[in-house]
This record gives sequence, structure tokens and C-alpha cells, in this order.
Amino acid sequence: MGNKQTIFTDEQLDAYQDCTFFTRKEILRLHGRYYEMAPNVVPMDYTRDPDVKLPMQLIINMPELKENPFRERIVESFSEDGEGSLSFNDFVDMFSVLSEMAPRELKAIYAFKIYDLEKTLNKLTREELTAEEITLVCEKVIEEADMDGDGKLGFADFENMISKAPDFLSTFHIRI
Amino acid sequence: DGSDVDNEESSAAENDDNVKGTDKGGKKTTPRTRRGRGRGRGRHGGEEDEEDEDGTRRAGHRRNRNRRGRGRAAENEGNDSDGGAEKDRKNQTNQKSKEDDGDEEDEKGGRSGKGKNEKKQDKKPDKKGKKEKANKKKKDKKKSASGSDSDSEEEPITEEELAKLKEEVEEKKKLIATLRNKPWKMKKKLSVLKEAQLFVEKFEGALGKGKGKKFYAYKVMMTKKWMKFQRDFENFKTACIPWEMKIKEIESHFGSSVASYFIFLRWMYGINMILFGLTFGLVMVPEALMGKPYGSLPRKTVPRAEEATAMNFATLWDFSGFAQYSVLFYGYYNNQRTIGWLKFRMPLSYFLVGVGTIGYSFMIVIRTMAKNANDDGGGDDTSFNFSWKMFTSWDYLIGNPETADNKFASITTSFKEAIVEEQESRKEENIHLTRFLRVLANFLALCTLAGSGYLIFFVVRRSQKFALEGLENYGWWERNEVNMVMSLLGMFCPTLFDVISSLENYHPRIALRWQLGRIFALFLGNLYTFIIALMDEINLKARYLLPFTIFNMYLEEKIVKYNMTIWEASLYNGTIPENSTAPPIEVDPADVPRGPCWETMVGQEFVRLTVSDTMTTYITILIGDFLRAVFVRFFNYCWCWDLEYGFPSYSEFDISGNVLGLIFNQGMIWMGSFYAPCLPAINVFRLHTSMYLQCWAVMCCNVPQERVFKASRSNNFYMAMLLFILFLSTLPAVYTIVSIPPSFDCGPFSGKTRMFEVISETLEHDFPSWFGKVFGYASNPGLILPFILLMVLSIYYLNATSKSYKEANLELKKKLQSVRNR
Repeated sequence: MGNKQTIFTDEQLDAYQDCTFFTRKEILRLHGRYYEMAPNVVPMDYTRDPDVKLPMQLIINMPELKENPFRERIVESFSEDGEGSLSFNDFVDMFSVLSEMAPRELKAIYAFKIYDLEKTLNKLTREELTAEEITLVCEKVIEEADMDGDGKLGFADFENMISKAPDFLSTFHIRI
Repeated sequence: DGSDVDNEESSAAENDDNVKGTDKGGKKTTPRTRRGRGRGRGRHGGEEDEEDEDGTRRAGHRRNRNRRGRGRAAENEGNDSDGGAEKDRKNQTNQKSKEDDGDEEDEKGGRSGKGKNEKKQDKKPDKKGKKEKANKKKKDKKKSASGSDSDSEEEPITEEELAKLKEEVEEKKKLIATLRNKPWKMKKKLSVLKEAQLFVEKFEGALGKGKGKKFYAYKVMMTKKWMKFQRDFENFKTACIPWEMKIKEIESHFGSSVASYFIFLRWMYGINMILFGLTFGLVMVPEALMGKPYGSLPRKTVPRAEEATAMNFATLWDFSGFAQYSVLFYGYYNNQRTIGWLKFRMPLSYFLVGVGTIGYSFMIVIRTMAKNANDDGGGDDTSFNFSWKMFTSWDYLIGNPETADNKFASITTSFKEAIVEEQESRKEENIHLTRFLRVLANFLALCTLAGSGYLIFFVVRRSQKFALEGLENYGWWERNEVNMVMSLLGMFCPTLFDVISSLENYHPRIALRWQLGRIFALFLGNLYTFIIALMDEINLKARYLLPFTIFNMYLEEKIVKYNMTIWEASLYNGTIPENSTAPPIEVDPADVPRGPCWETMVGQEFVRLTVSDTMTTYITILIGDFLRAVFVRFFNYCWCWDLEYGFPSYSEFDISGNVLGLIFNQGMIWMGSFYAPCLPAINVFRLHTSMYLQCWAVMCCNVPQERVFKASRSNNFYMAMLLFILFLSTLPAVYTIVSIPPSFDCGPFSGKTRMFEVISETLEHDFPSWFGKVFGYASNPGLILPFILLMVLSIYYLNATSKSYKEANLELKKKLQSVRNR
């Protein structure tokens, strides 16, 4: 509005506002966060759309993600090459989906990508459950949520189950 | 596996984001399913998909339509001898990435060369393909699409094509609006956005041909300006949101449930700011600036008798003295119809602001409830117990290692508990004992409620007795007894309920419901007992029972007026002047005898209650949380048992207690703000300081909670309670507006028989006469009753249609599932 910033062109900012749930101020702030992770690599001037990616190691050490047991999976799901390195676009996308304003359906899609059965359980309980208990829990989960009876959890089953969960929106949320 | 699906559905683009493409242990989607989906899409290809946000389904539809569209295009192209068709074919095979190559390129929306060109190609002919099903004039349309410059047109564009083109443009606009909901990678979203924007820009110009061109262009420009304004406003609004970082810190330390209280507090703060703006700007400021100054009228002056103590801190703290005779309370306002050079209608403004605050509050609470209603999942389901534990128990907001450790521990415990419960699920429990205990618990809770109600009644009565005998004879406790008792009850009874509920052995979620319900009943009972006792006090002043109050107020009015004439006469040395030729004697307004002013008294009571409630809360925090934490930390070294793990240990943040306190505080504000316009201001100040104090207290003295179970479902429950409290709070004010005559000697409505007469007065004086007639007809009961009936019927109708939509939704979901299963 009043302050001239030279990181993005106005069109770029408008485009970001159309494609994410963030406002202008939040996008600029996100760029600040992205920049401070690697000031030598990330340019201050994004007007020419530089092709810069930060490796996963840097991203998962952000304070917001540091304690999250799923941080690697999260970053992998949003990275374009599947290896976990995020460009600024992916970075913004990730926080947009995890923000408060994202709708349930969108979050469910990405949650499906992030979670699976055994590994999720192990991450959640820090491997303190015995093998029997893990088997039991996985069986119970499939029993509860598998609607089409194929013995596996497809996206439809997952979405059906998660849409009824009262806590999903408030827990699958990162504030940045 | 992405390529497999590729071959199936001839798409290059969507699969990196395609949800069926993900392959994880235990969650593989079988080829069977995928094929099923493809077939399903084929069948449903002709229909509009219901869920826009699933980009995959949409893409599937588009691809199918595209296939059909392409088929038709091939047909039509055979008949087409136009340059347009050739251009079309050329474009389909051309993968140039330049955008400004001319109209044909623009028609395809340009390709930004960032990859995934085919999908763009898919979109364009697809869009046209959809229309082509019904459109025989495809040739012309192609031409209009390919040659957008109106000058180079050979044939005029007909209405039909114009309409179709408009439809397309609308679709593109819709796509732009919902783009952020699509699960695509950002690069793709950006390129789709650019393409769609170019298309819209190009054709909005083209559409403005023929009649109404200027108007259409104007409309387009206004829409753009409006959208830009909306966006700027959104940006401005988010810049204004306070305390974002504070809340984030609390979230990372305590998780989302504790933070939800602070978010609620912030929301309340916003509401109170608006209420404050209304009362301050439209009631207090005009009276202060344009009304008669202090000391000019009897009602605006401190009586001679009280003058000596009027400036003392104790009097001001009690909101008497100078505080009472100021814009802060109802009694100060004069009943002049217009004040100042602006001819500001003070009584009308007072009335409308009073009604407006209530209306605004209703509107915003219901709007928030409606928003939350979407998030509320199914009922109190235990059918997804393990699944929810697995997928929704980790709170992503946690950023603090200690809290994370705590969370891991509690999740593990919860799993172990659930496993044990599952393994012993066949075990019989002693139903009779449980039932007996529950009945006993309810009985005890009822006793507590009754006891608290009686205590309040007793205390209010005692305070009346004190007042009659003169408050100077009693100490601080007697003077503030009512407020202190109410606050203390509010503090200790919930703990008592907590103890009682341990008898009941319910599931935590259900136990919380009972707890909240009981606390709610407690606060409600207390508040209403207080009001009833207060009303009794008003009547006690008149010394008659409630039915005779009105009559008695007239009597009192006559008595006071008579006293005043006698007093005036005493100024004229004993003679009551027959006519008014004698000049009026200048009397200091402080000496004039005053009539009773129950509205100010009620306002004062509410203000005192709010202030004492605030004080109690702060002191409880300081003593209950801070001193306790200090004690536990420093005395742990020299104590026999471990203070930190055993009793008393650090306190946990009591979410439900605090939220309920906030709700009831707001109820008091709503109830009292009609009689004391200063209440919203006081509340804004209180909420502001509360935020800082409680944030500090939480970070400094509290520990994260041990129970995994979160009360997040209760979000809408709190809103429902707020709505209920709002409704109950406005009842007394509405009752007094409609039934009780205002005091004759104070306030903006003095001299009228009922407060709402200010409306009819305004209609008479300020509006043309026909308006008054129309209003008179409209307020005829014969018209109002059918109108109410109509509204009730429409509510019923809307309810029925919403039910049928829900059922239709379920049907479609089932269909979708059964289709997927094949």
C-alpha cells in the first residue's frame, strides 16, 4: 500500500494472494522466513523468479516444524521433486495448506499423503508400543475406517473418516 | 505408477498431485480402484461435479469432455472451411511457449513454458467442447475466439455466442476464485492463474460489443475495483489483528486447546471494541460535546448533600459522586429532543444505540455459529476412536520440546489405555452401582445450586437492610458483600462440581459436558437470583409488591413534584405564585430536590459487579497461580514430599472455567450497557489487561495439560451458550423499555410514559406525515401476526429443504463409494 517493497512485483503478490490463503503482509513475512534460513542462497529480489531450492535439512529445523514427528513427510509431500527440497513456491504452498483458512477437504488430501499406518504410529509413540500393540492398532484402524472392504485405506475411506473428526482442523494447523 | 494412470486417462499433468497416485505401506490403492475411478468418471463425465475442490475429479471430467469435444471438433472441422479451424488445429499441435504471438496464441491462453503444456491445451478445447454439444454455430464462435479484435470481424456476434462466451468467462473467473483450494503444486496454480486471467481479460473486452457495451465495460471496471478494494481491506484487516505472536507462543507451548481460550478472548475484544465505538461515539461524545454542561441542570449536578465526598477516591471507585453525575450513566442525559447546532437527536440516538448493540451482537454470534457449524463433524462418535487417535491427536502447533515430550507421553498412554479397553471390552460392569452413583452425584449438584441461589438471595436482602440503616455504620465487607459472595461462589462451586463428577465415571468428553452444563446452571441461577433480588430492592424502595410498582412510581412522582413546588414556594417566601409573571429565582441546581433514578442505580450495580468480578479474577490468578508456583518452586527444597509432582504442584490452565467466566461477564455487559453507556468501555479495558495478565500467567505459572483429550468440539457449544446468554441478557432491558415508565427526573426519556415513544415522536417530527401513516399501518397487529406466521413457515421450509439436501448429499456419497469399489 504505502511502503514500496522490491522483493516481488505487484503482480506476483497478487498472484500469490490468489493462489494461497495468505495476505500480502503474510507473504512478505514468509519470504523473510525463507530468506533467513539461508541468506547466502536465497535472493532478496524475486522479481525474476529465481530457481532456488532449500534442502530438507534446513526446513525441518524451523521452529514450527522442529518438534513435529512428521516433519520429513510433510516437507516431502510439498516438494516438487519428492526429495524434500522446497522452492519458495512450495514453501508458501505448504504453509498455506497448513494455515487456518484452508478448508477441510484440501487438508485431507495432503494429510493422506503425509500419513500412513505403521510408520505414523511409530512416530507418534516414539516406538514405545510393542509389535503386538502396533498390529492391534493398525487392525482396529482398518476395521473402523475401511469402507470399501479392500483391507486398505484409500483416499475415500480416509476422507470419510477425517471429515467426521472434530479435532482435525485444529490440530492440522501451523501458524506462521 | 503415475505413468500407468497416464495411459489410462491420457493426462500428463495431474498425477503428481493426484491422490490416487500415492503409494504407502498399508494404503495402496489397487489398480482395480483406479480403473473404477476412471470408469466412474466416464459415466459421470457429463455431469457437473459437485465438489470443485477435488482437482482430480474435475480434471477427469474435463478430460472426458475434452475427448468428446475433440471428437466433435474433428467432425466440425471437416465442415469448416474457416481459417479459424486451421488455426485451432495448428495450435493443438503447436507447443510454442510465447504468449504474445498473436490472437491464436492468446486464444489458447498462452503457454508459459513451465511445463505441463498439454493440460492447458486440454482446457481450452475442452471449454469450447462443452459448449459445442449444444452449439451448432461453433464456426462463428471459433472465429470470435480466434479473432478478438472487433475490427477484423467478418460477421457480427450473435446473442447466443455472446451468452456462451460470457458463461466461459464466468467459469474462468470461478476457477480463479477457487484456485487456492486446488491441491496442485504452486507452479501449476500460478500458470493456470495467468492463463485464466489472460483469457478473461481478452474476452471481457470482446464481450462488450453491441448494445450495452459501455455499460458492460463500466460494470467490469467496477467489479475489478471492488475486488481490489476487498483485497486491500482483507490485507488491512489482517494487519490489524493484535496479539498474533503472543498466541503463537502459547500455542507452541500449550497446544491448541489452551490457545483457543485466548483466541476467543481476542474475538470478544473485537466485539466489545465495536460496542464501545457505538456507545462512545454516538452517545457519550455527543452529550459531552453538545449537551448542557455539568452543573446546568439538577440531574447533571452532584446534590449539595453529597458534594463534600464527591471527589474522594472511595466514592469514585464506588461509581458515585462525580462518576455518577457524568456521561457514564443513564441519569445524566437530558431529555431535550435535539441538542447542539447539529440538532443531534440524543434520546433517539440513545435508544437506537441500545437496540443496535443488541442487534449487532446477535448477528455476529449467529454468523460465527454458522461458520463453525460446517466444521462440526458427525455426532459424538466413538466409531473412529483409533483412527482419530492416530491421525488427529498430534497438535501441529507445538513447538516447544517439553510440550512435545509431554504430548508423546500422553499419546502413548492414550493408545495403551485404548488397547486395554479394547481387550477388555467384553468385561461386565456393575450397572446398578454406576447408576446409583450418578443419581447421587446429580442430587448433590442440585443441592449445591439451590444452596448458592439461596445464599445470594439472603445476601442481597441483607445488603438492603444495611442500606436502609445507612452504609456508614458498616465496614468494607458489608458494603461489598453481594459482589464478593457472587464472585466467590463462581470460584468455588465449579471445583465442587469437579469433585462430584468423579463419582460418575463418565467418558471424559461426556463428563465435560455435564460439568459445563452444571457451571452454566450455576452462573445463570446466580445472575437471575441477583436480578430478582435487585428488582425487589427497587420495589422495596417503593415499599410495594411488584404489581403495584408502576402505580407507586406515579405516586412517588406526584409526591416529589409536590415537594418541589412547596420547596419553590419556600423560595418565594411562602407564597405560591398564581401566575408566572414573577421572575424565576436563580437556584443552584445542586440544591434542587431530586426524584428517584432507578436506571442509574441499576447501571451502577452492574458496573460495580463487573469491577469486582475483574478484581476477583485477577487476585485469583495472582494467588492461585503465581503464589502457588512460587511456593512450589522455592519451598520444594525444604519440604518433605516432592511438591512438584504431588500436591499442590503447578496449576493447569482451566479452559472451561475461564471461557465461562468470559461469557458471563459479557452477559453482564449486555444487560447493563443500556443503563450505563460506560460499560463497554470498561469491558474493553478489562479484556485488554486480561489478555496481557493471563498470557503472562499462563507462560509463567502453568504447566501443559496431562489429558490428551481436547475440548475442541465444545467450540460451538460455547457459541451456543453465548447466544443463549445474549438472549437472556437482553430480556430485562427489553422488558423495561416496553413496560416500565422511565424515571421522570433523569435520563433521555424522562417525561415520556414509555421509552419506545421516542420512536413515534421522531416519526412525527422528523419524517413526512405519510411515513408516519405507513408505519402506523405496518405496526398493526393484524399485519404483524401473519408476518410472524410467514417467517415461522419459511423457517420450517428452509429446515426441510436443508434436510433433503443433506440426504441427497449422503446418497451421492454412497453412490460415489459404490462406484469406486467396483
